[in-house]
Amino acid sequence: MKKLISFIFCLFIFNSSAEALVEVDITRGNLEPLPIAVSPLHVESGSKDIKQGNTIIKNIGERISEVIEINFRRSGLFNPLKKNSFVQNPDIAHVKPRFEDWRLIKAQALVTGQVIVSDDKLRVEFRLWDVVAAKEMIALAFSTTPNNWRRVAHIISDKVYQRLTGEEGYFDTRIVYIAESGPKSQRYKKLAIMDQDGANVKYLTLGNELVLTPRFSPKNQLVTYLSYFRNLPRVYLLDIETGVQEVVGDFPGMTFAPRFSPDGKKIIMSFAKDGNSDIYTMNLETRLVEKITDHTSIDTSPSYSPDGKYICFNSDRSGLQQIYVMRSDGSQVKRITFGKGLYGTPVWSPRGDLIAFTKVHKGQFYIGVMRTDGSGERLLTENFYQEAPSWSPNGRVLIFYRETKSDAEGKGFSAKLWSIDLTGYNERLIETETDGSDPSWSSLLSK
Amino acid sequence: MTRSILLSIIFHSAMIVLTALSLPFMMRTPVDLPPILSVELIQITDKTSIPFAAKAAKILEEIKKKEEERIVSQQAPPSEKKKEKPDRIPLPEDLNKEKKQIVKKKQNPKEVKEEIKQASEFEKDELFDPNQIAALIDKSKEETAKTLKKNKKLTQSSVRTSFATGLTLSQEDALKAQIFGCWSLPLGLPYHKNLLVRIKLKLKPDGTVLRTEILDHARMNQPGQGFYQVLAESALRAVRICQPLRVPPTGYEKWKDLQLNFDANEMLKG
Repeated sequence: MKKLISFIFCLFIFNSSAEALVEVDITRGNLEPLPIAVSPLHVESGSKDIKQGNTIIKNIGERISEVIEINFRRSGLFNPLKKNSFVQNPDIAHVKPRFEDWRLIKAQALVTGQVIVSDDKLRVEFRLWDVVAAKEMIALAFSTTPNNWRRVAHIISDKVYQRLTGEEGYFDTRIVYIAESGPKSQRYKKLAIMDQDGANVKYLTLGNELVLTPRFSPKNQLVTYLSYFRNLPRVYLLDIETGVQEVVGDFPGMTFAPRFSPDGKKIIMSFAKDGNSDIYTMNLETRLVEKITDHTSIDTSPSYSPDGKYICFNSDRSGLQQIYVMRSDGSQVKRITFGKGLYGTPVWSPRGDLIAFTKVHKGQFYIGVMRTDGSGERLLTENFYQEAPSWSPNGRVLIFYRETKSDAEGKGFSAKLWSIDLTGYNERLIETETDGSDPSWSSLLSK
Repeated sequence: MTRSILLSIIFHSAMIVLTALSLPFMMRTPVDLPPILSVELIQITDKTSIPFAAKAAKILEEIKKKEEERIVSQQAPPSEKKKEKPDRIPLPEDLNKEKKQIVKKKQNPKEVKEEIKQASEFEKDELFDPNQIAALIDKSKEETAKTLKKNKKLTQSSVRTSFATGLTLSQEDALKAQIFGCWSLPLGLPYHKNLLVRIKLKLKPDGTVLRTEILDHARMNQPGQGFYQVLAESALRAVRICQPLRVPPTGYEKWKDLQLNFDANEMLKG
């Protein structure tokens, strides 16, 4: 009995000493962008200037750091510090940063690097440092042709982004869109492609045919789009790398918004047959067409979930245009939006957790997101006219286009590309040479 | 048969009545304790030592004078004793005189008692000592702390309290406020995941960090937990930026091992 009592006593003593650890819950912090210093990349002595077309790019190290800095600022997650506050020279900083100097300007992370340019080769090294912990976080080197220096800057941005946020970046990506010019009544529309920051614009069609709704394949550098040939809609496939273009098929009547399946093997679209619009898929290998929905209402804008098991689309089967989700074989159709107004252009997030959409309510257009069951609707931006959201490959940013009002003579009209992140606070204009609409974001090029 | 049933009913009813009477919690409604408030305890001696009004000052001076006089009368200077010759042998008469004097002193205890009594009453009624407020507040501080501790134990027995482990609420709040300012949350975190990082610290007496340890380190290598490393690093960065931490000047043994639970869920979910 005595032994038992002493055992219980000992248990009590040890238990109370184990609870002696002081615990403090930290449930608040700063939601400010992370202060980061991007030191100009040191150019090795003996390196040559880069010739890009007719222009000669001097001081390539500074140019690369500028592109990285712009990427970070546009992301809204980082606050790149001003270069004139930097104390340490780039060459020494890359070898061994004096962390006290960087802490002095409140930097929490530091990017350093060096560049070597030989005849036809560009070698870029970079290091990411944790200034507070005084340690290296990541170090990588890339070799490529000198003309690819912007891509190298984007890849470095992605690596830093991934290391500091834990999710994949989206900087080494491209955007395909419709470049528009001319008055509103007589617009010239060309298929165009550019880097995600608006640089390196290339026009893929001449503008003599109407092109609409280009969409990137999630797996490779293929684009599908709709073009009218002799007033007949045709669905095209275009390989961005090789420039090879092929007609997928002629479809009678109105055809809308072709989009790839997640594995890139099918195209899903809607077209009107006998006065009724339904959703169809086409196998790109066998060219077999399959009808997915069969309803008397108008079903359009289909988009696959990333696992390919579900499809979201909009339909007016309830009387008003709303968003529906069904299994990929067309079964188990379920309405997910019940809010006021009209819902359209649903796009499933690459992460799979959200659906982006356009909403029209009381004459205003909204871009918003909701969960895949329709709950948690959040309207990110409101304007006179805006639509066609497209997700960045990491599912964090949306790109869409916005039109401005024209006067009675048709003047003042413009269409511009904008991006906004999921917080709704980081809305940015993407500068393009001409007006732009119908953007679609590619997957990561370097994946 | 019927007798045994009757007896059973009687005894069972008796047991029910006894139980109802002997277990008071069955009769009483549960005590509705008020919510615990975080109270900042500060030293207010300096603030309360304000200059007195002229009239009050005069009265105080008089009181002080009286007090001084009283003290002087109480503490009379020691009387000078005549130097006795070392070689002088005390006579028996002298010894008797001394004995009588001692007895006199012993026989007059009432006078001394009265004097002491008067002095204590005087102090209570008229003498105002501002320093006593601090002492009173200190006492109330202890009492409040005890009450709070008691209340927490009563109402939140399952919730961990820092009182029980070494920090008062105000000390915990001060530490929290400091770290809140240092922690930059990574903005790209997935809001629907578990965003809790527990970090164990070993501290020096001045609050600087000797050692840090991420408690759920294994999570970093699990698939789909890439964000966890980022979150853990941000928490470690916050600790390093903040150090020396705002820890109490005393009780080092109690808080030298500190666990910080960084939870981003609350902020990101709103």
